[in-house]
Amino acid sequence: MRTTGWLPARIAAVRPTTSHARVLTLDVPGWPGNDPGQHLDVRLTAEDGYQAERSYSIASSGPGERVELAVDTVPDGEVSPYLVEVAEVDDMLEVKGPLGAYFVWHESDTDPVQLIAGGSGIVPLLAMARAHDRAGSAAPFRLLYSVRTPDDALYRDEILDLAGRSVDLTWAYTRAAPEGWPEPVGRLTPDRVAAATWPPARHPLTFICGPTRFVEAAADAMVAAGHDPARVRTERFGG
Amino acid sequence: MASFTRGFGSRRREAEPDLPPGQYLTTDFPVLSAGPTPRIPLSEWSFSIRTETGETARWSWDEFTALPSEEVSTDIHCVTRWSKLGTSWRGVALDTLFDDVETSFDYVMAHSYGGYTTNVPLDDLLGGRAWIAYEFDGEPLDPEHGGPARLLVPHLYFWKSAKWVRGLVMQQHDDPGFWEQNGYHLRGDPWLEERYW
Repeated sequence: MRTTGWLPARIAAVRPTTSHARVLTLDVPGWPGNDPGQHLDVRLTAEDGYQAERSYSIASSGPGERVELAVDTVPDGEVSPYLVEVAEVDDMLEVKGPLGAYFVWHESDTDPVQLIAGGSGIVPLLAMARAHDRAGSAAPFRLLYSVRTPDDALYRDEILDLAGRSVDLTWAYTRAAPEGWPEPVGRLTPDRVAAATWPPARHPLTFICGPTRFVEAAADAMVAAGHDPARVRTERFGG
Repeated sequence: MASFTRGFGSRRREAEPDLPPGQYLTTDFPVLSAGPTPRIPLSEWSFSIRTETGETARWSWDEFTALPSEEVSTDIHCVTRWSKLGTSWRGVALDTLFDDVETSFDYVMAHSYGGYTTNVPLDDLLGGRAWIAYEFDGEPLDPEHGGPARLLVPHLYFWKSAKWVRGLVMQQHDDPGFWEQNGYHLRGDPWLEERYW
């Protein structure tokens, strides 16, 4: 799929998914469809012509001209606070994409898949879990989702729904867990990563997405557990 | 013509002439790689340049760090749109490394520990425009940022500055490397916004 130029996009729906993140549905005439895990560029243009561009993971996949993004507020950010706090239905922006051909899951692949998400790193992984569920894929899917507190989980209800059907789900909480939660609260340790993911003998394809520090730790833990580094794909964002 | 985005612009930043189009300034140092961070003991590290005849120039860590090095202060630009101005590096200029290399090929494939590759025209590596860097801000280069050594080609998007670089292979054609096969531009000039296919 080749990249075209900037496409006008209309915001068709917005809904909060946490106190600091929002799901935006865009209508993008001419959108060529995308694979689960791909991203796009967003361009905002102020009235005086000033522009800002950022990349966002796509939560949706498949054909059609509707594209779903989920945007978490980056404190002191320029584009994300606008998208989370200001943008409304019928506002216009531009997108370019889909982008990236590597951090992608293909429905025809039946190998076990291990998803490891930190915070809003869930977005491209949710696209994969949704595609897997929708296709009735035979690939065993497992998700380890690390969030600060239960309320910080993007798409919490939908993930619980998928976990009841097609994904083996483990939550990890770094700041506060639900009452009675049996696991320790805090950053993931290599032992906890190993316990909550497919063993190397299953030869999973692993996708890890989240803040740099989280991705570094999770990827190191998978390699230390004996996984082939070439089967561990990562997407890190800022900081 | 872009359509206006209602209500956007209140947080606009100051114009910065050193920023290529579509980039924003960052003061931290984001890390972007396709897989886990390789960790290479210096005793096992080597760097090589292989030409079309199969001739290979190779340096161990001690040999490499004994070569004349340069301090480099430069701006860097990531295709994911962050730019960092005035970064400080130390490394060996590619001009120094190519002094004794005979080749008629015009293109280079950089190979990294961990399997990453990226293609660069030889012209973009010579003339004081590219280094194999092993220090950042006066400290040994952190593994997250490509240590022990990375390619540094600051006038191209930073995915060309291959982390954990272990060698260059001369090639006749500008065959695409890893990201170039996965959607990114063959050359990657930030000022021309050569981001994608």
